Amino acid sequence: MPKVTIDGIEIEVPKGTTILQAARMIGPEVAPPTMCYYSKLKTSGGYCRTCIVKVTKGSAQNPNPMPKPVASCRTEVMDGMEVQNVTSPEIVEARKGVVEFLLINHPLDCPVCDQAGECKLQDLGYEHGSVKTRYEFKRREYDMIDIGDKIKLHMNRCILCYRCVKTCEQLTDGRVHGVVHRGDAAEISTYIEKAINNDFSGNVIDVCPVGALTDRTFRFKSRVWFTKPVDAHRKCDKCCGKTRVWLKGEEVLRVTARKDQWDEVEDFICNSCRYDHKKKSDWTIEGPSPISRQSVISQNHYEHLNELKVQALKQQKALGFMDINKRP
Amino acid sequence: MQLTNRSKVVSNKEQSFMERLYLPAVAKGMLITASHLFKKTPTTKYPEQTRPMAPVYRGQHVLKRDENGAERCTACGLCAVACPAEAITMESAERKKGEEHLYREEKYAKTYEINMLRCIFCGLCEEACPKEAIFLTDRIVDAEYEREDFVYGKDKLVEKTDKRIDVSKRQTLEVAEFKKIAGTKHNTLWDGKKQLKDKH
Repeated sequence: MPKVTIDGIEIEVPKGTTILQAARMIGPEVAPPTMCYYSKLKTSGGYCRTCIVKVTKGSAQNPNPMPKPVASCRTEVMDGMEVQNVTSPEIVEARKGVVEFLLINHPLDCPVCDQAGECKLQDLGYEHGSVKTRYEFKRREYDMIDIGDKIKLHMNRCILCYRCVKTCEQLTDGRVHGVVHRGDAAEISTYIEKAINNDFSGNVIDVCPVGALTDRTFRFKSRVWFTKPVDAHRKCDKCCGKTRVWLKGEEVLRVTARKDQWDEVEDFICNSCRYDHKKKSDWTIEGPSPISRQSVISQNHYEHLNELKVQALKQQKALGFMDINKRP
Repeated sequence: MQLTNRSKVVSNKEQSFMERLYLPAVAKGMLITASHLFKKTPTTKYPEQTRPMAPVYRGQHVLKRDENGAERCTACGLCAVACPAEAITMESAERKKGEEHLYREEKYAKTYEINMLRCIFCGLCEEACPKEAIFLTDRIVDAEYEREDFVYGKDKLVEKTDKRIDVSKRQTLEVAEFKKIAGTKHNTLWDGKKQLKDKH
């Protein structure tokens, strides 16, 4: 079992683990951000370069450092490897450059975009980006494409992470969705805007890190932070039926798959769960979804306050205080 | 126990003859009243007269239109989430073909309401707005008879095309500087080629 040190923290991982997976095992503090890598999709990663790290010591046998930053999602760990992520100023600077490149053609239409508030590129730009752009040319522009009646493709916002292509390849049979053209002109497309007719095609919305693929049934309905996510389930013969339902009052505005702490889908859900069950009575609601307190989605939701209240009451009881909520 | 020395001791001392006449006291009072005739009145006769206001006074909101008369607001919801009083609500809709002269971007606010009774006029909505759509102006919110009338909809908030509201005083130096940065101009449609041509 190789031992690897990431940002000064040592961990023993199974052979064949990538640096990124090892960093995720340690925790979110040292895990590099990812835009294209998706642990649920095979062969994903290696396109965006957001997860670059510095390898200061190659391995125990060959202690030389690697000559340049490496993509941690594609580099396997070696025994005795030493890796720097956030502790290396060089990497922080390099990542800032990567974000600048990702944003070169991005239209920055966050006020219009439905993904705003849960967009990985927004988070990344906020953390690593610079305030001003140095790019002086016109941004590339495409027309909007309707992929079927449920998905909208904004090619302008796409960062070409290939996640949706891999999803279609691996989740659905008979791939109709891919990347055409090369380099600067590359674009996600179906063959002549052909609709994706597959039970799991809606998952491309969830895997998209930006607002390139969005749900047409949710289009401009509400901003994400005005809706309340709850975990819910129903009996579904196609998928696991475990979803996240986004409520506004009694209305179900949107259904998505549940996401874990890396913002990756826990279980892919079928289109029938996603689009056809927009009534609250269709779902058995388990409770509010865990949302980071720093996220804009938790704005004006006070679930965490309840938790604090319970804690405070426990403390008060332990200290022998009178319960102020109990009337004599 | 005496806490302060400001209390006056009440006495039952008998009044003197002059005091019992009351006339000198009346004359003294009248003199004070008459002297006010020649002093400057502090009253402002609103609405004929108005008091001078600070240029950055935070009064009734306005939803601005752009140079072409299209509404700037895209219903991004940042004002509503920034609002500490939760006074702002909105609903968005998609712009249809042929409405380009009405709305600036592909999304617009179908309804936009500010509850003026909840609003604390802090100006955070103005600060949050990425589209320079909402501004607080030096107009004062009118008095109403019904509480419902204080919920201002788009009819009261959006400026009329023939009656523009000047907010140039509120656009500070920092805002002007920000708008100069090439590529981040969100006020006018930026043409990169033209700017480059001008440069060379």
